[in-house]
Amino acid sequence: MKMKACQAMVECLKAEGISVVYGYPGAAICPFYDALMDSGIKHVLVRHEANAGHEASGMARITGKPAVCVVTSGPGAVNLITGIATAYADSIPLICITGQVNTEQIGSDVFQEADITGAAEPFVKHSYLVKDANDIPRVFKEAFYIAGSGRPGPVLIDMPMDVQRAEIDFSYPEKTDIRSYKPTLKGNAFQVKRVMAELEKAKKPLICIGGGVFASGAQDEVVELAHLMDIPVITTMMGISVFSDDDPLFYGMLGTHGLPGANRAVNECDVLFLVGARVGDRAVKTPIELEQTTKILHIDIDPAELGKNIRVDVPLVGDAKNVLRQLIGRAKPADHSEWKAQLDSYRIKRSYGEPKPGTVIPRQFIDKLSRAMPDDTVVTADVGQNQIWTATSFHIGKGGRFMTSGGMGTMGYSLPAAIGAKMAAPDRAVIAICGDGSLQMSMMELATAVQNDVRIKLLVMTNNRLGMVRELQTNGYNGRETAVFLDGSPDFIKIAEAYGIKSCRVTDEKSADEAIELLTTYDGITLVEVMVDENEGTL
Amino acid sequence: MKHTISVLVENHSGVLSRITGLFSRRGFNIESLAVGPTQDPDVSRITIIADGDEHTVEQIEKQLNKLIEVIKVRTLGKDECFARELMLVKLSCTAEKRSEIMTIAEMTEAKIVDVTLTTVTLELCARYKKLERFIELVSPYGIIELVRTGTIAIQKGADVMDRKK
Ligand SMILES: Cc1ncc(C[n+]2csc(CCOP(=O)(O)OP(=O)(O)O)c2C)c(N)n1
Repeated sequence: MKMKACQAMVECLKAEGISVVYGYPGAAICPFYDALMDSGIKHVLVRHEANAGHEASGMARITGKPAVCVVTSGPGAVNLITGIATAYADSIPLICITGQVNTEQIGSDVFQEADITGAAEPFVKHSYLVKDANDIPRVFKEAFYIAGSGRPGPVLIDMPMDVQRAEIDFSYPEKTDIRSYKPTLKGNAFQVKRVMAELEKAKKPLICIGGGVFASGAQDEVVELAHLMDIPVITTMMGISVFSDDDPLFYGMLGTHGLPGANRAVNECDVLFLVGARVGDRAVKTPIELEQTTKILHIDIDPAELGKNIRVDVPLVGDAKNVLRQLIGRAKPADHSEWKAQLDSYRIKRSYGEPKPGTVIPRQFIDKLSRAMPDDTVVTADVGQNQIWTATSFHIGKGGRFMTSGGMGTMGYSLPAAIGAKMAAPDRAVIAICGDGSLQMSMMELATAVQNDVRIKLLVMTNNRLGMVRELQTNGYNGRETAVFLDGSPDFIKIAEAYGIKSCRVTDEKSADEAIELLTTYDGITLVEVMVDENEGTL
Repeated sequence: MKHTISVLVENHSGVLSRITGLFSRRGFNIESLAVGPTQDPDVSRITIIADGDEHTVEQIEKQLNKLIEVIKVRTLGKDECFARELMLVKLSCTAEKRSEIMTIAEMTEAKIVDVTLTTVTLELCARYKKLERFIELVSPYGIIELVRTGTIAIQKGADVMDRKK
């Protein structure tokens, strides 16, 4: 069928089942916007392009499918890079469409020209600069396939204006076959046997899950295997909420900021089974010690992760869901009561002191709130102390979901990610937890939420500091605190009012209970500011 | 340790920059890189000489394989392949040294491609090691300019790099 190329772009999105795009227009992407207008696809106008990436990321993490963001050339494209890099670091599938100047002008530094495929190269799984409009159907088909398959990631499509305006004969390909891209999905049968043999032999086996479990959609399979073989489980920050905190086999998050019990479990296990976890430096600080004392089994869909950060005894390339199914097929029930009892003795019950007047203890509040929220709540944590408080104190119920910017640690992620998540799961409660620093990195997105009536809840942990950096300076720089004071910040309650958002402030137990009441009963956009001691510690 | 890595890639614009970007980004050291078309006009072959231990080379191979346009990666062992590099070198050379240099050229199978009153330009196609020795041999005469292509390599015997992943 003959049509304008920009129309064809929209048809590609429709064929991929896309119903929402996050974006920000400009001259170089106007042809596409014009075609989008009558398409039935909803466009969400972000207030900064980085957040188009984060909102699409929030959506993709809930749906498990690539989500789309679209921006103009030059500054729009460059602004999006933070969103792309953040998604790349956490293997989140995005399709990023950028406008570009006319093909014959490329390379001549015309107005709003930026080499975005060049600039974003380190942060994309793949990218295209489309110079022939006839390539559009193939490029879009490939882009969605590449973004969503194998180890997921962002794919960028740069679209010069004249290409968008061309006319093409459109038909959307049914299949795509890229000879140079064939992810390994099934586990090698021999390696599967070896992994199972090691798990059966182990006296103190431990499963460590990571973000790969979500990427693969293998949540049920890990839970099933762990229970079948009675193997304790710990998680990286990216794997939080695969297991509910109520699961007796679950021992929490490991790492620099993790639970002591989870870290002791890693050090004391005899077989460590990594599932979609890349052993990042924040999770395991001394992999060399670990590889000497422990047998390491590792499933990952990305062969490059096997042996990259830690020496592996049995590597297994494949999609976690398939591989775990293969393992479940061979698994025999086992009993590790003694080992579990040992780990149970490492569990801590947090005790909280008296809060400084006018503040509450952040962990205590987060814990209490989380238990009042529905089990399947989605919580997005920002970056900083608030992130660690949330990661280790927000009680995850059955079917709950935690997400954060794990790999890049991008401040400002939680609010836009919550918007994307809420749009993907309108019936679930979605709450963003951030610091007063991180909120001010993406506060403009409150307008996006209001404009589209996306009913997120927002918790701001105000310590009037860039808390995590402040703490670093306190401990590592002789208390020389610099550039971490947030004086000059606005009154967030007034900000909420200005946006027409319901809000309240938590300063003591009574206001805490009122806030929890508001957050659990009111179905509208809500901002709760929680006053926190500026010297509160992360751990 | 030096490794010879052969890479088949889709002949798209931008592929080379993705590959060199990957090397610099991940801190891999490239000694030389040579690229050109193959018998299939859609496919180019890149030969990379890289420095690093076993772990580094394994990572280089795996990371290269992640690039969507990379069709095949193979590290070629020294005894597995023929490796060649082309070099052009311009020496300062007046009439009285000319015959000496011609003798060296004859002995090393270098070709004289150009002569002027004050210079002589030689061409040599050989393995890396031989080029190094040749440079040592002629440097006393004064090297004015030196250009090298970087090594290319092909497997010995009937062995080929197939174009399936
Ligand atoms: C975009 C970005 N810039 C800088 C940093 C470095 N950084 C890490 S944590 C942090 C402080 C965060 O402060 P706030 O959001 O108030 O949270 P708190 O630690 O006080 O809970 C900073 C500046 C970052 N992670 N991301």
